[in-house]
Amino acid sequence: MSGPDALTALVARADAIYRDYRLATVREWKARTGGLAIGYMPIYVPRELLDAQGVLPVGLMGGRDDLEIIKGDAYYQSYICHIPRSTVELGLNGSLDGLDGVLFPAICDVIRNLSGMWQMLFPGKLVRYLDVPQNFDRAVGGVFWRQELEDLSRQLTEHGARPYDAEALRRSIAAFNENRRLVRGLYALRREAPWKVPTSELYVLLRASLAIPVDEATSMFADYRRLVEADDTRRPLDQARVLVTGSFCEQPPLGLIKTLERAGCYIVDDDFVQIHRWIRSDIPVDGDPLDNLVVAFLEDAMASPTRYIGTGVKGDELLSRVRESGAEGVLFCAPSFCDPALLDQPMAVRAVERRNVPWTAFKYSENSGQFQVIREQAGTFADSIKLWSPV
Amino acid sequence: MTKPAAAPDADVRKDASQLRQKEMIARHFDRLAAIPESGEKSVYTFVPGNLTELLLSFDLVPVLPEINALQSAMRGKTAEYIAVAEKAGHSEDVCTYVKSDVGMMKSGNIGPTGQRLPTPDLLLLSYTGCFTFMKWFEVLREEYRSPVAMMHVPYQAEGRITPAMRDYVVKQLKTDVIPALERISGRKYDEDRLKEHLKLSAAAEDDLVWVLQSARHRPSPIDAYFGAVYYVGPIFSAFRGTPEAVGYYQALRAEIAERIASGKGPVTPDGDIDRERFRIVVEGPPNWTNFRQFWKMFSDEGAVAVASTYAKVGGVYDLGFRHDPSRPLETLAEYCLGCYTNLSLPSRIDLIARYVREYEADGFLINSVKSCNSFSAGQLHILREVEARSGRPGGFIESDLVDPRYFSAANIKNRLESYFQMLEQKRQEVVH
Repeated sequence: MSGPDALTALVARADAIYRDYRLATVREWKARTGGLAIGYMPIYVPRELLDAQGVLPVGLMGGRDDLEIIKGDAYYQSYICHIPRSTVELGLNGSLDGLDGVLFPAICDVIRNLSGMWQMLFPGKLVRYLDVPQNFDRAVGGVFWRQELEDLSRQLTEHGARPYDAEALRRSIAAFNENRRLVRGLYALRREAPWKVPTSELYVLLRASLAIPVDEATSMFADYRRLVEADDTRRPLDQARVLVTGSFCEQPPLGLIKTLERAGCYIVDDDFVQIHRWIRSDIPVDGDPLDNLVVAFLEDAMASPTRYIGTGVKGDELLSRVRESGAEGVLFCAPSFCDPALLDQPMAVRAVERRNVPWTAFKYSENSGQFQVIREQAGTFADSIKLWSPV
Repeated sequence: MTKPAAAPDADVRKDASQLRQKEMIARHFDRLAAIPESGEKSVYTFVPGNLTELLLSFDLVPVLPEINALQSAMRGKTAEYIAVAEKAGHSEDVCTYVKSDVGMMKSGNIGPTGQRLPTPDLLLLSYTGCFTFMKWFEVLREEYRSPVAMMHVPYQAEGRITPAMRDYVVKQLKTDVIPALERISGRKYDEDRLKEHLKLSAAAEDDLVWVLQSARHRPSPIDAYFGAVYYVGPIFSAFRGTPEAVGYYQALRAEIAERIASGKGPVTPDGDIDRERFRIVVEGPPNWTNFRQFWKMFSDEGAVAVASTYAKVGGVYDLGFRHDPSRPLETLAEYCLGCYTNLSLPSRIDLIARYVREYEADGFLINSVKSCNSFSAGQLHILREVEARSGRPGGFIESDLVDPRYFSAANIKNRLESYFQMLEQKRQEVVH
């Protein structure tokens, strides 16, 4: 199979992995290797360390509109975001039974408290709140973060993973470097030719890659790039180039992404599935690899709303991304009740307004099923850019 | 929409300690208002993980935006402030303390006493137990253009403080916080002065714990939720580590001792509670917009809070922690790490179940506030777990901190009445 058929098949396979709540790929991997599989919540965990100890890191990003929430809603009030409910639902309905544990990185208080619930709901599993530092001095936050990673490594070993080995970590860092390079390449290709890389496809690939080993994900990204570059049937349309921001934890439904594209927007940058881009460049493989992971987190990570920005101006990185992506407007697209995104938004809005970048804002839940209002809003926004923005 | 509460002083019974505290707070706000003339420096910071003794050792004046927000709510000001913030682009979904503070600032920064608050010379971001704190001070930094000293306090996810956590906080005190305070104040760090303040803190903490634990008596001489808001006021705000706080807590202790001796129950804004019908443990912050009305819903039923978690947000002293002058920076680190909202969910459940047992409570209530995910996310799990462990019935009500739109008096009253009827019913079942 080659050409458009191969591309269709590749995206269909990715879509099937993305839609599989029961994580068949993870169960198959475990049956094949006998290794541990550890889930992790958004946004960042050091996947390299898990991989180096023979553990499959599995990204958990909540549910979609096809997941009926029965038990999960009994744990959360109406004014709490949706991702913890679907995560609890998936845990309690057995979908995540294939996982040997879950990591909860410090994103917000909801995910933080979910880590405590998980400890009680799933005794015997590895449950760890990963307290990422908000101090970025190597001698302060760096020392703390290294101790966290060493503790995590020990905990993995106690649960049956291979012991820490520096050489193995170097190999894993190299593997994830290649993986990230390919993702960065796809983002660059989308900036140059967004009609070649529809976000609704790229997104599905990014999600699918969370449930398969890194080498398989790397091959999938490479195959996808080769196939879309060769596909001459994808032609440019007169769409507005937009940057979508605010969707870094609870993810928008795929239908919402498709809606934005159908409403006349080329998404040329976004915050989706950020773990692929959290570390911005290659992590060095020489020297002490654990220190390299630490320094990469401290000094080469994205400016996320979940991360304290001690120096510079809030919104500067967003403006850089607007420039680099050639975005003509910004869509603030945050989940309802998402503290990091929504508390950050007024500052980000101010930053884009200072540069006269057009913007609009709306909210969603991962299980939103109706997009007509958003379609009209995004369509009007795209039209206004095409009609009124200076050429 | 709910009508805002009346001004707190209207027809309100106050005991001597409350009057004394009122004077202390008034003097503090006078001092803040006089800063343009006095040249003193102000430092904005938060209640959980506050470093008041350290600020005092540099002669810096603390300002606590959470306290300003709640006091503004008690004076019926926050609906207007929140509207101003939402008009400026702040989401309806987020913390109303933040929006009240932003709205107050954009309305001229007139504090709850009607006096202008100073522009912060420093924003001391003690990032303890609440993610929103970080965003709050990022917002204020943009508004005021003030410098920030950030101190990240790790979360007690495993229910204990590790040496790595303590060392991390101590290092930040040394490398970030103290140098920032030296720059702002123009003074060198004086450890002996800090030790003196810490010694005063420990003395006040002893008396506070005695007062809170007096609720083990029957009848309880205090209300450990609504009343405790006043009792923790000085120690949670600008006065910990001062002789005034020590004097206040000595006087409060004597006052409560008298109430015990005369067999009195707690004082409420409407007078003493005649009969203690229900002993309740409460989890979650109070609603501030309708504070008195909310309290009355309990006191009318003879329901007395004998322990509360809200009274521990500024320090869980009843578990034994005291500021230790012999280890000044380590003790500040341990204080920050130990605040209630920095405890894991299992630790919080242990603590509430322990309160139900030790204070012989008839049940426990959760007031879940929309604004505060740190408190609220997981409270339905807490409800089930504490019920299972304690064998006591739990109740669940919802409101907000300072947004009057989310205080539905009729709904809350109905739920409370049903809950108390259920407790009564269970009591009858035991008797028969």
